[in-house]
Amino acid sequence: MYGFLIGVGVLLIFSIIWMVYRIQTLVSVVKGSDKKIASGSNKVNAILFIVFLVGTSILMFWYSIKEFHNYQLPIASEHGVVTDRLFWVTMAITGVVFLITHVLLFIFPYKYQYSEKRKASFYPDNNKLEVIWTIVPGIVLAGLVISGWMAWSDITAPAPENAHTVEIMGYQFAWEVRYPGKDNVLGDYDYRLITATNSHGIDFTDKNAIDDFPSPVVVIPKGEPVLFKIRARDVLHSVFSPHMRLKMDAVPGMPTRFWFVPTKTTAEMRIETGNPDFQYEIACTEICGRGHFSMRKIIEVVEPEAYQKWYAEQKSFIQMNPSLAAGLPSETKEVAEIQLSEK
Amino acid sequence: MSTASVANHGAAHDHGDHEHHDNFVTKYIFSQDHKMIAKQYLVTGMFWALLGGFLSVLFRLQLGFPEMDMSFLRPILGGWIDETGHLDPTFYLALVTMHGTIMVFFVLTAGLSGTFSNFLIPLQIGARDMASGFMNMLSYWLFFLSGVIMFISLFLKTGPASGGWVVYPPLSALEQAIPGSGLGMTLWLVAMTFFIASSLMGGINYITTVINLRTKGMSFSKLPLTIWAFFLTAVIGLLSFPVLFAAALLLVFDRSFGTSFYLSDIYIGGEALPNTGGSPVLYQHLFWFLGHPEVYIVLLPALGITSEVIATNSRKPIFGYKAMIISLLGITVLSFVVWAHHMFVSGMNPFLGSIFMFLTLIIAVPSAVKVFNYLTTLWRGNLIFTPAMLFSIGLVSFFISGGLTGIFLGSSAIDIQLHDTYFVVAHFHLVMGSASFFGMIAGVYHWFPKMFGRMMDAKLGYIHFWITFVGVYMVFFPMHYIGIAGFPRRYYTFTNFDFTNMYTDLNMFVSVAAIITFAAQFIFLFNFFYSMYKGRKATLNPWQSNTLEWTTPLHPGHGNWPGEIPSVYRWPYDYSKPGAEEDFIPQTVPLSATPESNLPHEQELVKVELEIMKEEEDVLVSNEAKH
Repeated sequence: MYGFLIGVGVLLIFSIIWMVYRIQTLVSVVKGSDKKIASGSNKVNAILFIVFLVGTSILMFWYSIKEFHNYQLPIASEHGVVTDRLFWVTMAITGVVFLITHVLLFIFPYKYQYSEKRKASFYPDNNKLEVIWTIVPGIVLAGLVISGWMAWSDITAPAPENAHTVEIMGYQFAWEVRYPGKDNVLGDYDYRLITATNSHGIDFTDKNAIDDFPSPVVVIPKGEPVLFKIRARDVLHSVFSPHMRLKMDAVPGMPTRFWFVPTKTTAEMRIETGNPDFQYEIACTEICGRGHFSMRKIIEVVEPEAYQKWYAEQKSFIQMNPSLAAGLPSETKEVAEIQLSEK
Repeated sequence: MSTASVANHGAAHDHGDHEHHDNFVTKYIFSQDHKMIAKQYLVTGMFWALLGGFLSVLFRLQLGFPEMDMSFLRPILGGWIDETGHLDPTFYLALVTMHGTIMVFFVLTAGLSGTFSNFLIPLQIGARDMASGFMNMLSYWLFFLSGVIMFISLFLKTGPASGGWVVYPPLSALEQAIPGSGLGMTLWLVAMTFFIASSLMGGINYITTVINLRTKGMSFSKLPLTIWAFFLTAVIGLLSFPVLFAAALLLVFDRSFGTSFYLSDIYIGGEALPNTGGSPVLYQHLFWFLGHPEVYIVLLPALGITSEVIATNSRKPIFGYKAMIISLLGITVLSFVVWAHHMFVSGMNPFLGSIFMFLTLIIAVPSAVKVFNYLTTLWRGNLIFTPAMLFSIGLVSFFISGGLTGIFLGSSAIDIQLHDTYFVVAHFHLVMGSASFFGMIAGVYHWFPKMFGRMMDAKLGYIHFWITFVGVYMVFFPMHYIGIAGFPRRYYTFTNFDFTNMYTDLNMFVSVAAIITFAAQFIFLFNFFYSMYKGRKATLNPWQSNTLEWTTPLHPGHGNWPGEIPSVYRWPYDYSKPGAEEDFIPQTVPLSATPESNLPHEQELVKVELEIMKEEEDVLVSNEAKH
């Protein structure tokens, strides 16, 4: 049924095109306008450019203003304020250029549409103009480069000593999170150690690994630097947290990092957005296979005190699954057993 | 093809009986005539454009109407529509991958450069044919073969390559990661190998022809900007495509021979792979070393075409001819040193990010110069809106819109948020996709009379332009908003995240606009094929243009000019010259013949010109005396 209807529709469209085409050809032959250099259509096209300019400008301004609160996500990190300021400064500059060039581009066709009475002015070059519009964009761009470069250097500088480390590992099609535990040092890992119970491939012969603990959500403190250590287990992924203005690829075989300072707790953001269910999210932005669109992880930003409390309450991998400690060399095993007996 | 036999065929002949000794196969299939090869490229490119566009309509249906029952597509897509009538998420990725591959390589590289470099280089520089007609033919047929292989891969049970058009490993290297990385990816690599070979043969030919076969008087400073653009495009291709081949070759090794160029520390499908020490980032560097210049391979020919079309239809010289050439040269050189701006957040050293941000923003300067020069060319012109002219103005608009968003993405700090979102999609679809596509369409409308000796219908062209122009903006402009909102690319659906769980209405709007825009291309197709046979007969120089191709007969035979190739005496942009009677002076008119319109410095050249012409005459006379 569908196929039949589509077929009829297509046939109708074609026959309409055909008829319009024939009629206008015949009309133009009768009027003799096919012999002219520029027919009446020239004027119509010239006017349409103006219509297009006005129409799309109205549409653009209306929608940009109306939707601003929707597409401008609230910022929840310190560097996000900087990058967003850069973004909007660039938007202002390019916006002005965009408008001026387009106004000229569409007004010229109207103003200088063909007339048999007129001759175009022979104006092949003007070096002064060329120099001006080489240098002016050059200077403006230099300004953008310098401000962008300063922001970029700050963002990518090494994380402060006191940063809270969180390891985020991407795999098809989810993220796993590991905290370094009390010693604040993540234990070694090796992808060959990955098993059903040790999905991170943590090397428990490393003492630093004994107190490492997992978490179903990424919990981080507000106002303190956080360092994401990012890796991937199978293919490329990319950690993207839109509200944090944070993005970094997860690369198998090459750990990456991104540090930032969250500025609003989840609770504060719920009030700001008026959405009682608001959650910070992590999404994947590097194509990674069938489930690429569903790699969701939640970030929970809490007050530093709440963070300390939560951190202390977490159970390590070994506490959750003592069998992981089996087969460890005696020295490490002792540490692990002490830890097990503590709770 | 010797000159003499060409000379025997007059211009008065109708088409079809120029080549008495050519049979169907040598004339239409294994032709070595650059004009026929150009048409072959064009028609093949149109086929691929339709297919690529159709694939995009399929995934736009999914994005705009995620709840839709797509069972009616089962006759075409078969098992890729599941029992509930929904598109398979893996096949969605295959669709975006194939759409990208087809559009970038088969349509906008082969379809654009292949068509217009082939068609226009010999005609506009005054050559009988390409430097090597045989290699030219080979170039097309390798492209054809490449297309056949890519086409076959669409019908595999495991699907075609699905890792995005950039085919980053490890995803593209491991069959376990996605089914398309099996045989589909193998065919992708084989197809691309043939494609690269085809591009190189074409490119070598274009370069050699432009350097060696220019007619008398056609110095580089008198070349039309089209030829400059095609020439530099070929240079870029020649230098960058081999790097893609290297990247692909190493990927083949990793896939099939157990090497670890790109693979390291991978645990997939319940087993740890033995590969260690490789780097996926290495592939990205290699890929983008082609991938970025590729953007300019796609764009420069379109800019060249519009320079010609805008000048002709403004009845005005292109403003800043030299500045245009310098910009093209600047873009050519810079295009090789900006590739890593695709990789700001790939994990590469942030210091590299700073360097590439700096280099990337420099490339905006020549691009800006080009835009200002286009605008000044329009200023105080006498504009005739042929369909080609409309599409050229449309191109300038896209070039501005998409170029400006490039400034955001080129700034590494801003790119953190925007990378791999719809903002990027909007950016490159405008600046390279739509702009180049418009350049290609403008070229077809403009040179159709030279290709087929008939005119395309202008009114249908206007309708085609306005629907497409508005349509393209309606498709890609809204994507900026959802990009700023952080919507990631290549997502099958946006319902899994709170932050993307909006703009369903906008996505629906975009999809509808995409379908209408796609449908409008059938107006063009009809116009193209109908006019080929039934269009009004063209005059010899329908646009009153200055360049050499309009001095050939209506249906130029193999060899292009009966008799001598005309000499060139002036640059191609003498439009509306003060003092001249007509508003154009073709390149073949000597300066000595137009004393009324010569500029002071040209008046001095007249003497030199006359001396040369006299010498030549003496030589001719003495030659004849010998006989």
